[in-house]
Amino acid sequence: MSPILSVRNLSRNFGAIKAVDDVSFDLAKGELLALIGPNGAGKSTCFNMLMGQLRPSSGTVQLMGKNIAGMQPRKIWRMGVGRTFQITATYVSMTVVENVQMALISHHRRLYSLTSFAHKLYRDKALALLETVGMADQADRHCAVLAYGDLKRLELAVALAHDPVLLLMDEPTAGMAPRERIALMQLTADILAQRGISVLFTEHDMDVVFAHSHRIMVLNRGQLIAEGTVDEIRNNRQVQEVYLGGGTLFKAAEDDAHA
Amino acid sequence: MGLFIAQILTGLANAGALFMVASGLSLIFGVTRVVNFAHGSFYMLGAYVGYSLMQALPGVAGFWGAILLAGLIVGVIGVIVEICVLRPVYRAPELFQLVATFGVILVIQDLTLMIWGPQDLLGPRAPGLKGIIRIMGEPVPQYDIALIAITPFVAIGLWYLITRTRVGTLVRAATQDREMVGALGVNQSWLFTGVFFLGCALAGLGGALQLPKGGADLLMDFSILGAVFVVVVIGGMGSLPGAYLAAVIISILNVFGVTYAPQSTLVLMFVVMVVVLMIRPFGLLGKEEVAGEHGQTGEPERPIKPAGPRIRLLVTTLLVILALLPLYSGNFAVVLVTDIMIFCLFAASLHFMLGQGGLVSFGHAAFFGGGAYAAALLVTYASTPMELALVLAPVSAGLAAIVIGWVCLRSTGVYFAMLTLAFGQLLWSLAFQWGDVTGGDDGLVNIWPSAWASDNTVYYYLAFTLCVGGILLLRQAAHAPFGYALRAARDSTRQAEATGINTKRVQWVAFTFAGTMAGLAGGLFVFSKGSIFPNELETARSFDALIVVFLGGVKTLSGGWVGGAFFEGAKDYLTRFEYWRLTLGLLIIFVVILGPEGIVGSLRKAGERIGLLKTPEDAT
Amino acid sequence: MLELKGVNSFYGKAHVLNDLNFSVDRGRVVALLGRNGAGKTTTMKSIMQLVRPRTGTVTYQGQDITGWSSHRVARNGLGYVPEERRIFTQLTVAENLEVGRQPPREGCTTWTEDMVFDLFPNLAERRQNYGKALSGGEQQMLTIARTLMGNPAFILLDEPSEGIAPVIVEQMARAILQLKQDGLTVLLSEQNLHFAQAVADGVVIIEHGTQQFVGSLADLQAHPDIRDQHLSI
Ligand SMILES: Nc1ncnc2c1ncn2[C@@H]1O[C@H](COP(=O)(O)OP(=O)(O)OP(=O)(O)O)[C@@H](O)[C@H]1O
Ligand SMILES: Nc1ncnc2c1ncn2[C@@H]1O[C@H](COP(=O)(O)OP(=O)(O)OP(=O)(O)O)[C@@H](O)[C@H]1O
Ligand SMILES: [Mg+2]
Ligand SMILES: [Mg+2]
Repeated sequence: MSPILSVRNLSRNFGAIKAVDDVSFDLAKGELLALIGPNGAGKSTCFNMLMGQLRPSSGTVQLMGKNIAGMQPRKIWRMGVGRTFQITATYVSMTVVENVQMALISHHRRLYSLTSFAHKLYRDKALALLETVGMADQADRHCAVLAYGDLKRLELAVALAHDPVLLLMDEPTAGMAPRERIALMQLTADILAQRGISVLFTEHDMDVVFAHSHRIMVLNRGQLIAEGTVDEIRNNRQVQEVYLGGGTLFKAAEDDAHA
Repeated sequence: MGLFIAQILTGLANAGALFMVASGLSLIFGVTRVVNFAHGSFYMLGAYVGYSLMQALPGVAGFWGAILLAGLIVGVIGVIVEICVLRPVYRAPELFQLVATFGVILVIQDLTLMIWGPQDLLGPRAPGLKGIIRIMGEPVPQYDIALIAITPFVAIGLWYLITRTRVGTLVRAATQDREMVGALGVNQSWLFTGVFFLGCALAGLGGALQLPKGGADLLMDFSILGAVFVVVVIGGMGSLPGAYLAAVIISILNVFGVTYAPQSTLVLMFVVMVVVLMIRPFGLLGKEEVAGEHGQTGEPERPIKPAGPRIRLLVTTLLVILALLPLYSGNFAVVLVTDIMIFCLFAASLHFMLGQGGLVSFGHAAFFGGGAYAAALLVTYASTPMELALVLAPVSAGLAAIVIGWVCLRSTGVYFAMLTLAFGQLLWSLAFQWGDVTGGDDGLVNIWPSAWASDNTVYYYLAFTLCVGGILLLRQAAHAPFGYALRAARDSTRQAEATGINTKRVQWVAFTFAGTMAGLAGGLFVFSKGSIFPNELETARSFDALIVVFLGGVKTLSGGWVGGAFFEGAKDYLTRFEYWRLTLGLLIIFVVILGPEGIVGSLRKAGERIGLLKTPEDAT
Repeated sequence: MLELKGVNSFYGKAHVLNDLNFSVDRGRVVALLGRNGAGKTTTMKSIMQLVRPRTGTVTYQGQDITGWSSHRVARNGLGYVPEERRIFTQLTVAENLEVGRQPPREGCTTWTEDMVFDLFPNLAERRQNYGKALSGGEQQMLTIARTLMGNPAFILLDEPSEGIAPVIVEQMARAILQLKQDGLTVLLSEQNLHFAQAVADGVVIIEHGTQQFVGSLADLQAHPDIRDQHLSI
């Protein structure tokens, strides 16, 4: 089966800094692929290039056979790619459900309509999406007053609005409570199984990464240094050194706790 | 060749005062985010105060001492203004302070008039520098040479202060997030006051320095303001070297303009600005503007909802009262209310793109006046009937908005605002200087409605229908997907673009829509008055609309027309008195301090407090 | 060292903190735990006076600081690391640190640029980078470093481990333990329980703005039911 997303020799420089350096990988349909790496490794830069926020210095990105490198974000979105941001971006002057409705309105190309009331359009669909991320009870709250973790879930609902084939999630669970993190990724995994979409995500919480990813890639200083299954990565010497750390301190505290 | 060099030297000398005023403005804007419209007034004060001091202090030391003292005194006046007027409103919505500074302009104008009287003052010449020197045979005043020498020192001193000292770093940090700077242990209110002092002192210094060249008069506040804004924008907001470079370019250009193309002087600098911003959207040496930073935007805007039954009832009652007006009041009231309604439509159109789209335009009068001129020209040269002219006025304004919007929307934030200002000025100078067609200063007259509508009452109903209809249409647009898309583009461009919204295009359509509605108001205006003059295109007219929107409440849906009715009504009443500017200015400041959410916002809060209106669950 | 008594905070009409009473002793690390939206950030802001408590008092080193302006609070040795980072994106890393710098304080470590760079080597490499050109994690490090430059005696850390690679989180935990040894007092809001357990002595749990548990880490560990009820782990 041909991959949903296929990235070849992707690079991006900022002046002298090679933020992303010759990265190539494939993402299969229905796959949950994690991209991890130290701070400043180039993960967000990679995402920004896949989603069109940044133009690659070189390389190609093929989405279902079409090269999307250098396309504008909104065009890429219309081709069925959704994303969530590392630093949340929502419409603060709207209610929670209106945020989702906005994406639906855009998806149905009703943006320039003057005759209807926006807050009535696609409300049911939006509520259903909020239900899937467990935010239905907050649907009519003002978005500006949400706690950080809830914003993240809202962003996921927005990203799912146009039934994407591919979801890019930059630190989707950052700022959330531990159980909710697992729940959110479980949710993502379920959605992925149901709808057959593919997900590429980054995360610094290894509980989340190890629990759900099908495959893991490790980026360091812009280069892919390892790729493999959860166990392979967990036991990879180099990855432990540059990224995972020994965890000895935490293990000691954990042992205390159970002692 | 000699003349050429002499002209360049004159330009360089003129650049001195311009640079000082502009750098002051840029500093104040950078830190406080206040677009200080009153900056020209501080410049004017510097000239008047300097003049009086020079009369009192003799000799060379007296002259230069007077200039420095004038700077200090104006700086202190600036501090008083900052503490009394601006501090109470820093927490208000972004750009709201703008209204307050507009009030300050009016107050300073009348106070200056009271103290120094209406006649222009001729500046004394600098002792010891009264002569000229000859460069390649051309005379150059010695004082010019002195100015050329002084300015770079001021510029370098300022630059050093901002980029190389701790205070400068703090100032730049506060530019971005003042609350955080405070949480790091810096007393930011004094930082603000300090910057305001410095900025105003620079303006005062500029005013006093140019005394021997230009004297002092009551119009200098507005006349320098345009040039100062242009300089700041061309140079790049917040860039001191940029401001210096731009001041030099503009001043030299002006000198040459006066000599070789006196017909185009008014347009010239704005054309330069448009060209520069087309190539470099953030000015020659400027950096990208980051809008919507922490700690400056006041409380978040609330979600909008269609009006509830109570408000609907209230509005319906109001409309009925208005509709019945001709039955119970005289001709005078009918004409006055016609004017007010037209102005309300104009304000509401600006409010739509400002409130929903966050697009702050300083040149909205271009479309109001543009529509009016389009109608007037059609009637004058093509004998177009009123009905057709009333259709073509908004259409022409809309077409103009398409073109102007395309250029202006390449930039964002303040740069956008300045580009709109430039186009407003362009249209104004066109109307003003192209006398053969537009009648120039004499305007176009005898533009009366068709026979059936010539009665004041009938015209009243026509205006009533179109204005109320227009305002309701704008309101519907805010609730429609289009209005939402516009807000989405403002709230988070990144998210909007990442969910398929072409933000620039949405803004462009909104700009055109607002321009069209302003054009309709302009068309109605011209038939109501029977004439049109260039002043309807003036920047002051755009400011009026802007002030009104803020006064009414940007973050509300009805702010535009409510503010319009209040402002136009108050102005009509106050202009009968001698010092009406002072009163109006104080009134504006008063409203701003008492109700920093604007009239509608404050009323809404009051309504919620006494339980008349339902408080949303998350009200902040 | 820090004491909250009957603190109630509001955003407009929304009652967000409800009668908080707890104290933090000198040289201790207290973790403030609770779900999303429980009010952890608001507690920190209420201490910093970025949100003014409507009733109740916040006492710091024996002084009632309620109603003070936040710069005065900071001048008295309270450092705040906000959750949303809020670095100055238009300033370089070095300048960001400069903004945070304050005069040496008696009884506190006097931080220098080199010392914070030792703590966060990533930043050292980017000393002249503008804030906006930093990765998410680098920004987080800069926020902490910037606050340390103020030589605080007491530091409020709002979710410091967020978005930081595990190696660095561990490094940071060690750093906090080290800082504690040097006499720094810390109030830490955390979702990462591994991290909190590794560094905290005391725990305060809040839910819906009401405090549910105050005690030592050992107390909490002895009552897994409390943990399960109020924290989603
Ligand atoms: N606009 C820019 N100009 C210069 N350098 C940049 C720019 N944007 C990012 N960088 C640098 O490129 C590198 C990669 O950044 P990126 O944001 O992709 O990291 P990341 O892997 O997402 O890290 P984190 O996990 O901390 O979010 C960083 O070192 C950053 O400092
Ligand atoms: N500016 C605001 N206006 C109104 N309500 C707000 C505001 N900021 C936060 N809130 C509300 O106050 C409550 C507490 O928020 P707070 O940010 O303190 O939670 P938190 O415990 O820090 O959550 P998180 O772990 O997600 O950061 C939440 O319900 C939130 O919706
Ligand atoms: Mg990142
Ligand atoms: Mg928080």
